[in-house]
Amino acid sequence: MNIQFASVETLFYLAGLIAVVASLKVITRKNTVHALLYLVISLLAVAVCFYLMGAPFAAGLEVIVYAGAILVLFVFAVMLFGLNKDEVKHTPKNGSLSHWVGPSILATCLLAEVILSLQSSDIQSRLSATVVTSKQVGMLLYGPYLLAVEIASFLLLAGLIAGYHYAKPDNQGGHL
Amino acid sequence: MTTIPLEHVLILASILFMIGFLGVIVRKNTLFMLMSLEVMLNAVGVAFIGAGSVWQQADGQVMFMLILTLAAAEVAVGLALLIRMQHCFKSLDIDHLSQLKG
Repeated sequence: MNIQFASVETLFYLAGLIAVVASLKVITRKNTVHALLYLVISLLAVAVCFYLMGAPFAAGLEVIVYAGAILVLFVFAVMLFGLNKDEVKHTPKNGSLSHWVGPSILATCLLAEVILSLQSSDIQSRLSATVVTSKQVGMLLYGPYLLAVEIASFLLLAGLIAGYHYAKPDNQGGHL
Repeated sequence: MTTIPLEHVLILASILFMIGFLGVIVRKNTLFMLMSLEVMLNAVGVAFIGAGSVWQQADGQVMFMLILTLAAAEVAVGLALLIRMQHCFKSLDIDHLSQLKG
């Protein structure tokens, strides 16, 4: 009974459900920051799915790069847009509590899932049997996929230059 | 052998992809469209990781890392374009871009 409740499949389906619900909230919110909050929850839920599928390296990358770096980029852009001027008057005045209670409930569910899977020795033994380690990923990444890594570095350089070029104010001069 | 069947992983990936696609189509705010694109890229990553875990190969994670790189570059360029758009039109509505003449 207890094992059935806390099996890998159940945790995976719960995390997938949280990801779907949070993604639906992302595309239906009016306020940008609230949608970003739900987007973080969606990415974290997908990271838990990765962990339960036996890819802990990809789960760590998801949390660090997606939820850590890309979402911070979004938040900085929202700050630069100054959207709060026209959005504040549309938001309900009483809702200081209701805005963060939804994402925090979902995040608490995810935290409970991770703690449950770390505590249960049954789940740990089943996960360690199917895990694809980061050593395998690294061997593949710098072996057969070396050209793809180089092209990805070119892509990042192009993104850096394009981001600098487009976001630069007009009156700053210079050639780039 | 993995414990989660591949069909369920692919169903989850397609649901997430459809949610992101709906967001791109329905929303007019370009910032929300960019966030929906993130959801779509994430769904593709779920499909890759699921396939990689079924066959116990690391190729899926390699492809996920390439998708991650793509998403980072796309967000950098997209947000820079949105900053420029906000500067020019004082709005993020995608309909303002219909005035563009090639």
